[in-house]
Amino acid sequence: MKDTLKKILGQGGPFIGLILVIVLFALPDETREFFLTYNNFKIIFTQTVIVAIGALGMTLIIVGGGIDLSAGSTIALTSVVGALLVQQGWAAAPVVLAVVASGGFIGLFNGAAIAGLRMTPFIITLGTLGLARGTSKWLADNQTVNYDSSSINRWMTTADPFSHALPAGVWVALGLALLTSLLLRNTVFGRHIFALGSNEATARLCGIPTARLKVLVYALAGCFFGLAGLFQLSRLRQGDPTVAVGLELDIIAAVIIGGASLNGGVGTILGSMIGALIMAVLRNGSQQMGWPTYFQEIIIGLVIIVAVFLDRLRQGRTAT
Amino acid sequence: MADPRLRLTGIRKSFGATRALRNVSLDVAPGEVHALIGENGAGKSTLMKILSGAHAADAGTMELGGAPYLPTNPHDARLKGVAMIYQELNLALHLSAQENILLGAESARLGWIDGHASRERARAALTQLGHGNLDLRRPAGAFSIAEQQIIEIARALLLQPQVLIMDEPTSSLTQADTEILFATIGRLRTAGVSVIYISHFLEECGRIADRYTVLKDGETVGSGVMAGASLDHLVTLMTGREVKDLYPRSTHEPGAVVLEVKSAALSRFVGRGLSPTSTATKAENVGRKARPTCSLNLRAGEIFGLAGLIGAGRTDLLRTLFCLDELDAGEVCIVGAPAGRASPRARWAQGVGFLSENRKEEGLMLNQSLADNLTLTKMDRFGRFGWISSGRQQSTARHWIGELRVKCRDAAQPIGELSGGNQQKVALARLLEHPARIFLLDEPTRGIDVGSKAQIYQLVSELAAAGKAVVVVSSYLPELLGLCDTIGVMCRGELAAVRPRAQWNEPDIMRVATGSA
Repeated sequence: MKDTLKKILGQGGPFIGLILVIVLFALPDETREFFLTYNNFKIIFTQTVIVAIGALGMTLIIVGGGIDLSAGSTIALTSVVGALLVQQGWAAAPVVLAVVASGGFIGLFNGAAIAGLRMTPFIITLGTLGLARGTSKWLADNQTVNYDSSSINRWMTTADPFSHALPAGVWVALGLALLTSLLLRNTVFGRHIFALGSNEATARLCGIPTARLKVLVYALAGCFFGLAGLFQLSRLRQGDPTVAVGLELDIIAAVIIGGASLNGGVGTILGSMIGALIMAVLRNGSQQMGWPTYFQEIIIGLVIIVAVFLDRLRQGRTAT
Repeated sequence: MADPRLRLTGIRKSFGATRALRNVSLDVAPGEVHALIGENGAGKSTLMKILSGAHAADAGTMELGGAPYLPTNPHDARLKGVAMIYQELNLALHLSAQENILLGAESARLGWIDGHASRERARAALTQLGHGNLDLRRPAGAFSIAEQQIIEIARALLLQPQVLIMDEPTSSLTQADTEILFATIGRLRTAGVSVIYISHFLEECGRIADRYTVLKDGETVGSGVMAGASLDHLVTLMTGREVKDLYPRSTHEPGAVVLEVKSAALSRFVGRGLSPTSTATKAENVGRKARPTCSLNLRAGEIFGLAGLIGAGRTDLLRTLFCLDELDAGEVCIVGAPAGRASPRARWAQGVGFLSENRKEEGLMLNQSLADNLTLTKMDRFGRFGWISSGRQQSTARHWIGELRVKCRDAAQPIGELSGGNQQKVALARLLEHPARIFLLDEPTRGIDVGSKAQIYQLVSELAAAGKAVVVVSSYLPELLGLCDTIGVMCRGELAAVRPRAQWNEPDIMRVATGSA
């Protein structure tokens, strides 16, 4: 009985959580009419895109036994870089490449510092959190970077807000989630990430180049954060160096709620995506209930603690 | 002996099905240094844990100063007068010497540390040891290992113990530091403290101890006055047991040399001297700065056993061969393989496989599947362009599950859920599947059931018959004598002697391993 319960919590936990949260907001009179509509879910999906794409990168890092606290700052920096390039008259495609590459560069820096200096990811990325935030303010001259117009602005909306079509950003997030999931589950690279996070000593013993792997993981994750920065830019339609403060915590929370273990070696892309959705549903529902923002923060805080408690139950299962 | 300070009779202790202690008796007189001797796994540690209150005995009686002695935990044991100094030093390196000495027994008034009283007490304990001039305010980490040990002994003396237990106190000390320790022990003896001295090094025991007790397989097999005992007699007491008929003898002829190790110096032993009886000290190295080194030739189809006490450097040698630890000096050459960077990755590419002695912390990824654990060294070969064909990976795993009779649900089961013996079979299958031609096996049968043991012996023997070269590290001598063609014995970082198995017996190995040859 206890084992079955643990199994359900371990495997279907995030999905059950999502359904619970949706039911929670579908029942009250205040929200019943609008909450369960297609249009509301279109809004929720759109609101999830940035955290979801960030969570793709963060899942790779956390499964590999690391953490990245600089994700929010990276998103701000790359969105400022994108805005500056649009201001310079760059076309959309090169802007996308440059923004993703700049995110990848920050990740490369993180990975190289962690592997090369043999320091804990927490410290290195805590440093990068400040570095990237400061640099983005510097580049933006401490103000928002505005531009006339760009096709990038259309990626987080649809031409007709009441149409049934989903914005491009949602499709990009879905497509990348599928690809990353395959990468993590079915490639040598992905299985090596699990090995690294599960037991670095074993990975080393078995001849896996652990230092190189770490650099690659952080660099790839940085590319995801850069892409999230691009959609941040698309949503705001300006480069704001003070945006996404603390967003790394939302992203980490999404991955943890999705069943990944901070000890490494455990985690799925599907889980992280559901985790990101749970966060978005909680925000959306709280707003419709008319709850004040401090109440939303309390609720989300509690959800994180419950999710980590479930994480510990899972750990208990694997330890025995 | 009329009136022992400590008397143990008929102590028994089991852990599950393992009988760690069967029947142990021990008498220690006041002001006596008593050596407790025995092989790895003879039950010394268990006995000391019972004495220091960490475990409770299943049966038997303990008396301290004539009264029943039943400690409920280590702190209680300390209060009752039995203090223990562990092999690994237990100091808070950032705290000062004084704070370390008084840890858990601080002089305080209303919760505030009484600086003056504390200093006096710490100073008194150090003075008793003859080290009253140690700077009490320096952080413990700034002292040498020998001085740290003195701080640790001073802490133990703070509560005026009647019995002080020292577990392998010299294992990390240099020769000069050992002399300081012996002088300290001499002072304790004069002060009337009884010292139980546990050591593998028989000649040390012979120098410092008044009396001895020998443990073998959890039983007291002999005790007496040290002055009248020869080292040979002690070694025979320690090792005299029958070799069970577990070991297959398949015919295999050693062929060409596949691994050459020339004067390899292990990084952990840098700066340590040779043991006083080392052949190298006596012979050509006199005058040169002598350091412990290892040299050996491993042949195809040969099973090479590495014997020695725990901490003698067997594991260090194996890890150095596999580039998991750094080689400080000397040369390791894999014959007939392309040279590569000194990394475990290059070793696997050269056909060398390594089995860790520590399954849980290093050998296996406990929360990952059996299939992933088995194929971790060669995942790129289960598909193309970095893609893994899960079907081929699973069928490979199933092949070895069948071949080695691994008890499991399926190849996707997390390996942490398997028993120790089955985990070990999977860890070994990783080397077979790779496939390796040189097998470095560190304690391949540690902590596994007899059935799995016999199976692993059979497997190792078949490997040799198929022309593979195998190095086996083991603490269990009958295993090495039963399985190996050649046995090398290590002592304090030196490969002190290499001979064909026929020229070894257990007492000889123990003599070389304990530095008393």
